[in-house]
Amino acid sequence: MTKKQKKVLARIIIATLLMATASLVPVDGMAKLVLFLIPYMIIGYDILSDAVHGIINRQPFDENFLMAVATVGAMLLGEYIEGSAVMLFYQTGELFQSYAVGKSRKSIGELMDIRPDYANIKDEIGSLVQTEPDCIEIGTVIVVLPGEKIPIDGKIIKGASSLDTAALTGESFPRDVCVGDEVKSGCINLVGVLEIETTHEFGESTVSKILELVENASEKKSKSENFISRFARYYTPAVCLAAAVLAVVPPLFRMILMNADADFGTWVYRALTFLVISCPCALVISIPLGFFAGIGGASRAGVLIKGSNYLEALSQVKCVVFDKTGTMTKGSFEVAGIYNNTVSEKELLRLAALAESCSTHPISRCLQEAAGEEGFASELLDVKEIGGHGVVAQSSEGTVACGNLKLMKMLGIELSVHDCTGTSVFVALDNKFCGQIVVSDCLKADAKAAVFALKRVGVRKTVMLTGDAKAVGEAAARELCIDEVYAELLPEDKVNICEKLLSEKKSREKLAFVGDGINDAPVLTRSDVGIAMGALGSDAAIEAADIVLMDDNPLKIAKAIRISKKCMGIVYQNICFAIGIKLLCLILGAVGVANMWFAIFADVGVMVLAVLNAVRTLNVKNL
Amino acid sequence: MTKTYKIEVDCANCANKMELAANKVKGVISASINFMALKMKVGFEDGADEKAVMKNVLDECRKVERDCEIYF
Repeated sequence: MTKKQKKVLARIIIATLLMATASLVPVDGMAKLVLFLIPYMIIGYDILSDAVHGIINRQPFDENFLMAVATVGAMLLGEYIEGSAVMLFYQTGELFQSYAVGKSRKSIGELMDIRPDYANIKDEIGSLVQTEPDCIEIGTVIVVLPGEKIPIDGKIIKGASSLDTAALTGESFPRDVCVGDEVKSGCINLVGVLEIETTHEFGESTVSKILELVENASEKKSKSENFISRFARYYTPAVCLAAAVLAVVPPLFRMILMNADADFGTWVYRALTFLVISCPCALVISIPLGFFAGIGGASRAGVLIKGSNYLEALSQVKCVVFDKTGTMTKGSFEVAGIYNNTVSEKELLRLAALAESCSTHPISRCLQEAAGEEGFASELLDVKEIGGHGVVAQSSEGTVACGNLKLMKMLGIELSVHDCTGTSVFVALDNKFCGQIVVSDCLKADAKAAVFALKRVGVRKTVMLTGDAKAVGEAAARELCIDEVYAELLPEDKVNICEKLLSEKKSREKLAFVGDGINDAPVLTRSDVGIAMGALGSDAAIEAADIVLMDDNPLKIAKAIRISKKCMGIVYQNICFAIGIKLLCLILGAVGVANMWFAIFADVGVMVLAVLNAVRTLNVKNL
Repeated sequence: MTKTYKIEVDCANCANKMELAANKVKGVISASINFMALKMKVGFEDGADEKAVMKNVLDECRKVERDCEIYF
């Protein structure tokens, strides 16, 4: 508890004791008023002074002002116990709220406590010095001892160990790493001493990016949040107006039309009850708290969500569009066969690797690996990349064209094609066909389960987009039970198909796109919810995405949807519950069934329950 | 230009009111408060003097919520 909270707690205890004593003393009239005024002032002096301050600044519907009017009114009507009790409960509720919010702020903060405090570097004599991670330059060698967090992204140059990546990916199984492996900041080194050469600055490292994402997450507000803050803006004045009407109209009505006693006391009391119910705090607090806890819980499970609006949209996803390579497949290709070659297999691979040597596309990397290090005899003079087709490279040996069937057709090269599943890369030297290399990419182990899991959480349509050949795309889609597949796409085709799917669906249903590559960035931006694969994915894709899956496991898409549904369920429960109870109490208050005790329950009790309900969102383990 | 400031405020509704008040200050294009993270993100108009604008923002916020604090 903070100092401020402790002080309020002390005031609550003292006021409660004084009130208990006062109600036992058998006095009446002025003496009783004075006896109750003492605890009332102790518990309520700040509310009263804030109320005056509010009036000076023309904030008539300030909740301090409402409480002040309600309790002072009750005192004037002679309801001393109720007047001071309402103030007491109001303060208790506020204290609970600030304590609960502080507590969940802390526990969510701890959940995301992946910020490294220091980095070890060696000084001249070889002993370790703890340094601020901020001032470490790229290329510095840092030492990570067992049990420490890796502070900055880098490459291992010495040592081997197991890493606990749970903070980043939600994956509890440790990952083995050795010399040459790239490691991400935020992982915990479990066993061996690691020497790491940094490849990023601290500000650009994974851990800093994640923290920035999560901390800025709730600025993008969801519709529910905006609804409730707008509701609160009108609710309080409306109820106050109703209170004023209630205090004046029925008594006048009785007096003039029924010729009965005006009974102002009863109606003013009912109006004061209204004022107590008009405080909007219970409504307002539980919604952002629910979203905050939902985003916190999701990041615990390795799913980064960039805003509450995306969490909300995710819960309405009915159509999921996948990119194939790297999303549903491992993204690491292997050469599966070589056909129709007019040069030796080795020579063919060498030519292909040479042409692709500047590209980082997964297929290019596979070709480079297959060719090995040997035989890069000739130099590249110029490389032209033709998106969706392949590359044409000018080398000292001649012009090497390397790409798909479309490229060969475009260049007018005669060739023979061997039909098989897998991606075919055709190679030509000086416009003469040299051969066909077939590479294939295996599906991720969880890809099929992921599609089924999506169907179970209510996704109606799954679509796969790929730049690959039709046969390959369709084979993969059949294997995974994906409904629709579009193959042989250029990057701009992906956007067009995404537009088409967006226009086909109903407006309340949302479309999610899952991708990883650089050419996915436009589609990620265009779709309702863009989901990027984090560890494999490119920085551009992660920037453009709304949700990032840290461990690249497609099963997490369904998990993220389940988290979002639970969170939205709780948010809706809270909205309905809080508004419902308040309206019920208003009605009961107007007919005189509910008194001020009821009203204060409607305010404080509902808030406590809503806050406790919201905190439930944090628990996403068993989803 | 956009900057993020740490704030202190007790209740969620007060944060909403501060957000409304801050948005009305001259020189501010948009202000948004994250109550759970206790942060205020302010987008300034071009050429606005942040310090002076933030002083006005704080003054306006104090009018709706006396206990609030913005660290700038």
